[in-house]
Amino acid sequence: MGWHGGEPRPRAALERRPAGEIVMLWIAWKMLTGNRVKYMGIIFGVLFAALLIAQQSSIFCGLMFLTVSQIRDVEGPGIWVMDRNVEFIDDIKPLADTDLFRVKGVPGVDWAVPFYKGLARARMEQGDYHQMILLGLDDATLIGAPGGLFQGALADLRKPDAVIMDDAGYKQIWPGEPYQLGRVFEMNDRRAVLVGITKASRTFQTFPIIYTLYGRAVLYAPPERKVLSFVLANPQPGLDPQAVCREIGAVTGLQALTREQFMRKTITYFLRKTGIPVNFAITVFLGFLVGTAIAGQTFYLFTVENIRQFGALKAMGTSNWTILAMVLMQALQVGVIGYGLGVGLAALFGWSTRGLTKLAFFMPWQVLAITAVAVFLIVLLASLLSIRRVLVVDPAIVFRG
Amino acid sequence: MVHRSHNTAGDDVAVRVRGVTKEFGTGGSLTKALRGVDLDISYGELLMLVGPSGCGKTTLVSIIAGTLSPTEGEVVVLGRDLVTMSNSRKVRFRRDNVGFVFQSYNLLPALSAAENAAVPLLIAGWRRSAAVEAASEVLDTLGLGDRLTNLPSELSGGQQQRVAIARALVHEPRLLVCDEPTSALDAENGRITMELISRIAVQPDRAVIVVTHDSRVYSFADRIATMEDGRIDAVSPGPHRAGSSAIL
Repeated sequence: MGWHGGEPRPRAALERRPAGEIVMLWIAWKMLTGNRVKYMGIIFGVLFAALLIAQQSSIFCGLMFLTVSQIRDVEGPGIWVMDRNVEFIDDIKPLADTDLFRVKGVPGVDWAVPFYKGLARARMEQGDYHQMILLGLDDATLIGAPGGLFQGALADLRKPDAVIMDDAGYKQIWPGEPYQLGRVFEMNDRRAVLVGITKASRTFQTFPIIYTLYGRAVLYAPPERKVLSFVLANPQPGLDPQAVCREIGAVTGLQALTREQFMRKTITYFLRKTGIPVNFAITVFLGFLVGTAIAGQTFYLFTVENIRQFGALKAMGTSNWTILAMVLMQALQVGVIGYGLGVGLAALFGWSTRGLTKLAFFMPWQVLAITAVAVFLIVLLASLLSIRRVLVVDPAIVFRG
Repeated sequence: MVHRSHNTAGDDVAVRVRGVTKEFGTGGSLTKALRGVDLDISYGELLMLVGPSGCGKTTLVSIIAGTLSPTEGEVVVLGRDLVTMSNSRKVRFRRDNVGFVFQSYNLLPALSAAENAAVPLLIAGWRRSAAVEAASEVLDTLGLGDRLTNLPSELSGGQQQRVAIARALVHEPRLLVCDEPTSALDAENGRITMELISRIAVQPDRAVIVVTHDSRVYSFADRIATMEDGRIDAVSPGPHRAGSSAIL
């Protein structure tokens, strides 16, 4: 006879059913969220780590993105030809003028134009000086011209002494002043007249960018025996750009790279030869450590506080596997929430600062993936101590008052 | 007081303990918690285990409940030899056959009274709704029908212990182990708790062990086993079954 009036509950009713594990995970979730302060503390630890890792990685990617901004902005040519020893976009080792014609003569090259890139010092109307990035475009085709012109016209570049300046550079030189074409300044004692203002990707050096004709750029630049910075070329339709690059290299002895190859080479240079990655890696690692410490400590304290409950569950017949699943589910839950909030806040940070030209922020999917892996490791490390503590807990603990 | 009938069919011994010793530590730190304990508990019986602190009551009850292994000796509970049983089988054995009432209740603070009482069924794989419904029936029987959705923090000590009793009984265990069930309660609540255990938990097909210091509740015992220094010092009939002979 059942003790509460009905028939005895058949033993078969106590056979394990598939719902068992899921229901125990529900209990784990209730245990976790039951203590709001601890729950928030663990999530904060993961959130902090995810935010720091995602945000710093995105700024790092943004900086790396800046290093190739001038390659990205030169649309049209698929091939960049340069001295064999050039390692990145700002590493200018001028070519002989004849190299342009040698490249043009390589089989598979559809067209090739000269491109000047260098630094010039400009003397402004008020007498102050500014360092500028000087870009010289092919006089005939204007290949390499910026695509975001919003003041003036590209054709005006053919007017005497005409130059176009980038928007960020204009605001840097004349802060707070309205756009005004016709401004005059000097470079290398030669007159330059502003005929246009364009949007351009920010550069790593953050100097204003001046666009002008190639023939005029070499006059603005300090005198050198050789002035040709790059040859911009394009393969004939249907040909593999990389094959054409190899052909150019074989015929001329110069270094020819596709646009993508040149960007990769430039980024690789900054990764290998500068301390930027190390600095960011340290910050990211600190974020990882601090996040692990906060989340780990809080999670461990949470487990210790609930050790008698876990002991009671074990005494009542919960297996170690189920206990393990419960703890891992708790860790996974705070990991997912912390990750979501962390990368969400990082993205919000990037979005809210997108108008500030001085902040580089670029969050590709790789940043999200790396952050996810880091957060997974954090919650795994954070839960390891707890898992050990819970698994070794003697169910007889519940008999000790 | 409710009169209890005893299982008289065949072997009515639910718990058989023979020559059980338990040692903790090694070398100089070796502690002998149990020094050869013999004890039988019958189905339908409420046995109280009493004695001073440190005499081995908790160790013995832990071994009987299958949460601790003896160093030596024989432990047969509900016909199953716990000494040779693997740990995973012991886990299943406890899940299906043993109910626990703890001194400090050990309720899950984030679960309601009904959910707490349903935990053994949830561990056994019941669906949550069915388990909570079954647990609610038990709680109703224990007079907590109007407290089903309350959290433990919203219940008094006596009510929490009643939830713990419901949790211990909801899956119809054949062995109920109660560890100091009244020590955290005042006299009135202690009496109510023991009355509930005596009236509801004790059944012909179930054995009940109560570890207690509380002499006020001795009157609910069928037998009282007194422990001293790791041994059973004496087993005497409790007031509840005065005149019955001890089966030790």
